[in-house]
Order: sequence, then C-alpha cells, then structure tokens
Amino acid sequence: MTASTSTSVAFARARAEDRAALIGYLPAGYPSVEGSIAALRTMVEAGCDAIEIGLPYSDPVMDGPTIQAAAQQALDAGVRTSDVLRVVEAVAATGVPTLVMTYWNPVERYGVERWAADLAQAGGAGLITPDITPDHGGEWIAAADAHELDKVFLVAPSSTDERVAMTAAASRGFVYAAAVMGVTGARDATSDLAGPLVRRVRASGDVPVAVGIGVSTGDQAAEVASYADGVIVGSAFVRCLLDHPGDEAAGLDALRALTTDLAEGVRRAGR
Amino acid sequence: MSAATSPQGVRPGSFEADDRGYFGGTWGGRFMPEALVAALDELTEAWQDAMADEAFVADFERVLRDYAGTPSRLYHAERLSQTVGARVLLKREDLNHTGAHKIRNVLGQALLTRRMGKTRVIAETGAGQHGVASATAAAWLDLDCTVYMGAVDTRRQALNVARMQLLGATVVPVESGSATLKDAINEALRDWVASVDHTAYLFGTAAGPHPFPSMVRDFCRGIGDEARAQCLEQYGVLPDAVAACVGGGSNAIGLFTAFLDDEGVEIHGFEPGGDGVDTGRHAATIHAGEAGVLHGARTFVLQDEDGQTVESHSISAGLDYPGVGPQHSWLAAAGRASYTPVTDAEAMDAMALLSRTEGIIPAIESAHAIAGALEVAKRLGQEKGPDATVIVNLSGRGDKDMGTALEWFGLGDAEEGPETDLEQAAEEATR
Repeated sequence: MTASTSTSVAFARARAEDRAALIGYLPAGYPSVEGSIAALRTMVEAGCDAIEIGLPYSDPVMDGPTIQAAAQQALDAGVRTSDVLRVVEAVAATGVPTLVMTYWNPVERYGVERWAADLAQAGGAGLITPDITPDHGGEWIAAADAHELDKVFLVAPSSTDERVAMTAAASRGFVYAAAVMGVTGARDATSDLAGPLVRRVRASGDVPVAVGIGVSTGDQAAEVASYADGVIVGSAFVRCLLDHPGDEAAGLDALRALTTDLAEGVRRAGR
Repeated sequence: MSAATSPQGVRPGSFEADDRGYFGGTWGGRFMPEALVAALDELTEAWQDAMADEAFVADFERVLRDYAGTPSRLYHAERLSQTVGARVLLKREDLNHTGAHKIRNVLGQALLTRRMGKTRVIAETGAGQHGVASATAAAWLDLDCTVYMGAVDTRRQALNVARMQLLGATVVPVESGSATLKDAINEALRDWVASVDHTAYLFGTAAGPHPFPSMVRDFCRGIGDEARAQCLEQYGVLPDAVAACVGGGSNAIGLFTAFLDDEGVEIHGFEPGGDGVDTGRHAATIHAGEAGVLHGARTFVLQDEDGQTVESHSISAGLDYPGVGPQHSWLAAAGRASYTPVTDAEAMDAMALLSRTEGIIPAIESAHAIAGALEVAKRLGQEKGPDATVIVNLSGRGDKDMGTALEWFGLGDAEEGPETDLEQAAEEATR
C-alpha cells in the first residue's frame, strides 16, 4: 500500500518555489494499461507536480474529440475499473499526488464507499468529478471525508458567486477552474474568462485554484501560471500518444519534451 | 401549477419530484457539469414562472389546438376490442401535427425558449422524430436549430434528415461512441456547454437532469388530462387501465400523470424487448437494467459490471435508449406502475393487427403499447367483462416506419405480394 498524498502537498511545494504547479492528465489504459503507466511515469520524471488519471467512460459529456478518442480505444481494449486502480498505485508510488478524474456512474457502480477505500489503499489522492457538483455529491463527500481523500470540484465562468463559494468550501486539494465554456481540448488562445474566475475562487477561501483551459504550450502555461496556482494539461498530452500509434518510444519522447516545455513555462511566469 | 410546492418541497401527489429534482428522494436529480448548472437553474425558474403564468399557459393551449391539432381524439377501436373482449380506446396522438405526441413537448420548450430570449435551439434525435418536431417548432418560431443525430441513424433515416433540412435545421451526424441516440445526447450536451448563453436545449424525452423530467412531463401531460376527461365524458367511467410504450418515457408519463392518483386505474408501461430480454439484445431498461446515473439523472440504466453504458437494441429507433426517465424508475420502484418488455416480433405483429383491424398504421413504438395492452385488455375482459376499459396511447403514426415494415414483412413487390403471412402475424398479436 502507498500512503495517499494530498494534492495540496504539490501546491505547497510549488508555492514555496514561487511558481504554479503543473498537473498532467492521461486516461488509464491508453495505449494499454502498462503503456499508460509508462507514459504517466515519464510525465512525473519530466516535471509534472501532480497527475490526473482519467477513468475511461462510455458517455464522457465534458470531453472533446482528443480525450474521447483515447478513452474509447482504452474501453475497446477492455480496460476495467480495477485496471485504473492499478495505474493509480503504480503512479502514486512515485510519491507524486495522483488523482482520478471520473464521471460518476462507474464510481456508483463500484460502490462509493468501496471505491474510496480502494482508492486510498492504492495511494490515490482523491477524485476530480466533472459531473458531480457538491450539492448533488453528498455520498462522495462523506466517503472522501472518511478516507481523507481530495474532493476536487469544478467551477465555470457561468457559476454564480454563490456557487463558486459553495464549491470552494466543499473542495479539498484544489478547485478546478474549467475556464472556457466548452469541452476539453487544446486551444490556440487562452481565455480571458480564466483570470476573473480564478479571482472569484480566491475571494472565497484559500484553497488553491488550478486552471484547465486547453493549454498545450509552455508559453500558454506561463500565461496561466501568472494568475493561477496550477496549470492543468490534458488533451495536449493525450495528443502526444495519439500521434505516435504503435511507437511507444516516440510517444514517450513527445510526452517528455512537452512536459519539459510546460514545466519550464510554469516556472517562467512573472509572479 | 408546477411552481406550487409544499414546505417540504414535495408537491401534493406523492409521485412528484422534490425541489432538487429527486423522485422518491432517490431517482432523478442533477448529475451535471457545473458549467451547465446556471443554465439549468435559469430553465427551472423560467419553466416554473411560465407554468404559473396564465398568459403562457393559455398561449401554449392555443398553439397546441390551432397548430398541433389537440386535443387528440379518444377513439373506440371496436374491431380490436372484439378480438380481446374488452373496450380498447386509442388516444390518437398519431393525428397531431408531425404525427406524434412529441409536438407537445417541443412547442412547450420552444415557447419557453422565446420567453427566455434565446435565439437558438439544439436537439438530439434517434430516429429523427424529435429532430423533425424540433425543426418544426424552430421554423414556426424563427429560431436557429441544430439537431444532433447518430451517424448510424442519419444513414438509416435519410428521409427524416431531409425533413429537418427542408424545415431549415442543420443536422450534425455524430460519429463518437456507438453513433446512436445516447451519443447524440452527449454531443448536444457538449454543444450546450459552449453555447449556453444564447442556446436552449430542447430535450426530447422526460429524462436527463432536473428540470427536464418534470418539465417535459408537464408539456406532455395534456395527453392524459385529455384522455381522462374524454373517457369520463364518453363512457362515464375512468378506465380500468392505461398503457403506453416507454423508451425515454415522454408519451408514457404524459398519459400516466393524470391517473397517478386514481388508485383503481392500473398503469402499464411497455418496454422494447428487442430480440428478447434473455438474448441481451433489447432496450428494456427498467425490466433488465440496474440503478445508475446516465445523462444527468439517477435511473435504471443498461450497464455492465463497471458502470459503462451498454448499447441497447430495438427495432424501434424511438425506443432504442439505454436509460429511461427517472419518474418511471420511481413509479416502478414504488409499485405504482408496471413495466413489461414487448419483443420486436410482438410489436410487429401488433402493427399488422392494428393496420388490418382498424385501418391505422401505428408507429412501431406505439405498436409495443398495442401489443402489451391487448394482454392487459384480455385479462381485464375476463375479470370484469366487455365493459372493462383500457386506454392505449397511440403515440405516433407509422409512416416513418414503412422502410422497416417493408423489410420485416417483405412488402413492396406487387406481383409477389408480402413474404410474411400478414394474416397470421395479426392473429399472433391476439393470441
């Protein structure tokens, strides 16, 4: 068993270095279970401060085409919920805080309490829940509290101030600011909605705020890092693997290069 | 009327949702991305305000009457009744404009869209019926309309794609996932997350996150309200049973709602049994699914051990959905309604029977209700005699299904005649 490390540890470390944290995402089981472990460990080695592992799901309403494609291939290859826990264990063993990002039904199906216990047992830091808000997440909140897991809820530009405050108060680890109105996916330009959203979260407490906004380059990471506690990158990492089908070494090289660029970016911001 | 809640948030009548959208404290709810919560809250408020506003309700009723052709007739199907020994009454929703009950829902939601000041609507569609209805309402109210439709479905329902295009809608084929209805819903939700400030999502059934299950129910409940009044007026009694097909469940909840508090009225939903529930190729969500969360609501879901949605199957595209409206899950769990699977073959036999005994070609969706209701009618006829009364929702007409019927029965060759013995198929339905 690996002891759980809360994501707040990664934010504290980054803050001590006067920079933002870099949080990298990949779905479990793509290109294979072992392949995803190798990929995520590469991202840790190259500078990710925390890891989000996606649990592939048949109906991912918040994901754009890139993540959908990888998750669908993982499902087609037969990835199971238990495999996701295996990936968590292998990545958490590096000591880097390791979260699972999952739609709700697989957790409900697994059993919420059993899931929380097994996730903690595997060394997982907690969950990011894109289709659960705190006001409909009572069961998860109770289980997470019992096992001292991170509860990362999302805020959006459309969230009212009341809901931002409610969400920040219910979150542990960090608050995920989904700062464009749209699904996941790399974007050329960062959004002018992100800064104000981060400020609204900050106004309601001292939980760190990480921004997911379609970042794919070190320059974009630097820009987001200038106002947020963390920069979340997903689709751009997935793209590294999708672009090198069947060539694991090339995929890992691409991941390493991108991580290095992004890690440099979160350190470059004038803060 | 919908805004009226008790202090506990539960309206009179124990089958209502509470203020957070839960039926029976468990079913329904709102399992949705935070990005859509503000829009769902706005919609909830607008719907409750509208339903409490006499001017809106009057406008809705006028439009339903003058444009959609309601109230639909309650028709005594005499020859059909003779075959089962009980009185079978058909609620003729097939005669509405666009040929199904769905026009009620889209007109309600489109009027609400205009009231909210939004200029664009999106919709998902399986076979294309809700897409056509949405495109119709959008044309009538001069709203931009985009319809998401699984790529598999756009290919098998090209005529409905053409209808939507003729009405001015943009049809977007969805290639992701299984490229059918559930994926069209996913894609419409993805659109909505990015367009929510000016776009309304015209959800096609009484499922999804709160307030859709209750709101769609309110827009469709005229079916049952009319049928109840018509039955009392024409026969002086309430029916012994009401019956409808259940995919997502909008026509069924539309019929059932008026009768929920009539304890003596049996309520029967008939689910698509596909090739047979034991084959695994079916869409009998309540009968064979398990509780879970899909498209924002806790309800019965066809899912595997890991909670991944399983692809459903039905000969009727309009019933081919692996979830079901959460109020049906609650009515099933509470024992107020029963839900029974009807196979593809049984539905097609009923299609032949109704065509031949009444000169009415039903939608295959509605044929499921006919098939199931005949069993109920036979039992009630034996128990209570020939005055036993069953109301069946004939939710749509069968024009759209002629391609399927042509293939199933081997029709279309005037020299050879049908390959299937239609007489025998019709007889099967009464057995």
